Amino acid sequence: MTTKVKDEILHDHNHDGIDRRGFLKCMAWAGTGALCVMQGGVLKSYGLSRLSDLGGRAPAAGELSFAQISDSHMGFNKPANPDVAGTLKAAVDKINGLSTAPEFLLHTGDISHLSKPEEFDTVDQILKATGKEVFFVPGEHDVLNDDGAQFRERYGKGAKGAGWYSFEKKGVHFIGLVNVMNLKAGGLGTLGREQLEWLEDDVKHLKHSTPLVVFAHIPLWTVYPDWGWGTDDSAQALAYLKKFGSVTVLNGHIHQTMQKVEGTVTFHTAASTAFPQPEPGKAPSPGPMKVPAEQLRSVLGITDVNYVRGQQALAVVDSSLA
Amino acid sequence: MSRRVWIFVLAAPVVAAAALLISGGRSVTASAGQAPASSAEVKIDNFSFGPTTLTVAPGTTVTWTNRDDIPHTVVSDDKVFKSKVLDTDEKFSFTFTKPGTYGYFCSIHPKMTGKVVVQ
Repeated sequence: MTTKVKDEILHDHNHDGIDRRGFLKCMAWAGTGALCVMQGGVLKSYGLSRLSDLGGRAPAAGELSFAQISDSHMGFNKPANPDVAGTLKAAVDKINGLSTAPEFLLHTGDISHLSKPEEFDTVDQILKATGKEVFFVPGEHDVLNDDGAQFRERYGKGAKGAGWYSFEKKGVHFIGLVNVMNLKAGGLGTLGREQLEWLEDDVKHLKHSTPLVVFAHIPLWTVYPDWGWGTDDSAQALAYLKKFGSVTVLNGHIHQTMQKVEGTVTFHTAASTAFPQPEPGKAPSPGPMKVPAEQLRSVLGITDVNYVRGQQALAVVDSSLA
Repeated sequence: MSRRVWIFVLAAPVVAAAALLISGGRSVTASAGQAPASSAEVKIDNFSFGPTTLTVAPGTTVTWTNRDDIPHTVVSDDKVFKSKVLDTDEKFSFTFTKPGTYGYFCSIHPKMTGKVVVQ
């Protein structure tokens, strides 16, 4: 998409110049590699190829830029993608080529495929090429056989419980949650009481104008319960975040991009860097989806997130590895 | 060899073969004088256990084989049995000695559930 499009503001609830319809329309474009930018009260979209129109933006003071990757499944080697290391490297190249360099990365889990030490080692090695700090939360593939002990040893220093934690960057409060432990038969993802109590306490003293970014592996909204794509106690978590003016929830697990806006909360799932999965209900099961080899990179991707101080909604942009 | 013994020796493999056909199991050993062990199979594929409900006699060894292209586990609801992670083509076996209903699920994909009924 390379044409500039103007959107009229109908209902500006957050007083940031973006209304729900315009935002959703913009987010739908994001899947094709568009960038939505608020300029002078008007929402404009730019194809990624025309980012120079934005003046080759380097992050200004008060601006925060980070990238999310997810579901690298290092160790997977079936026909859907026989070279997950290669596609992860392509994701790193994409990150290194972003016009606004991210300050750090979030990895929303399923780092490894079988929780093997060499799989984690390989991912660490490949991500080193970004030169950025990476914040991880585990996927269900990362906590096999040992209740997540290895994951916490590698990536959970200073984290609580099964590996949840929070940190701040440029006035934005980040919360990493774990919803892949102690899964019950027939159930969805779960946060558990200890983690929910920690979350309530963690945000208690924050100003409601503090932008929040919550990241966890399984979606924190119910995408498709038949396939386990949801978290059974996320409503309680979101209740603790109700008073905040800007909440961005970043998830993985479903290996496709999806977004939903609910009041001040924007939910977004990332593509995998390893293999795609079918859309809800479009296949008998949510397993790896084979696509023609030349199309594989177009259904894998990274997510670039930008926050400008003073604006409510974070700009969340997906781009494929093609 | 006397005819009686000859028939006896012949009968054992025939009974074993019949048990094989009935239970669909593969690992059946029978030697003269021993009753054949019974076994049953559950195939894991497309994020499901097949058959979802399996009914067996006490003493049956059930073997789960993962035919899916993604790993799965077999975990009893009541902590009676628990497999390690099964990648494609890996197996897990458990011998059910006591009658009862044993619900289980995949701990990685908990929507996958199954049941072994021992009676």
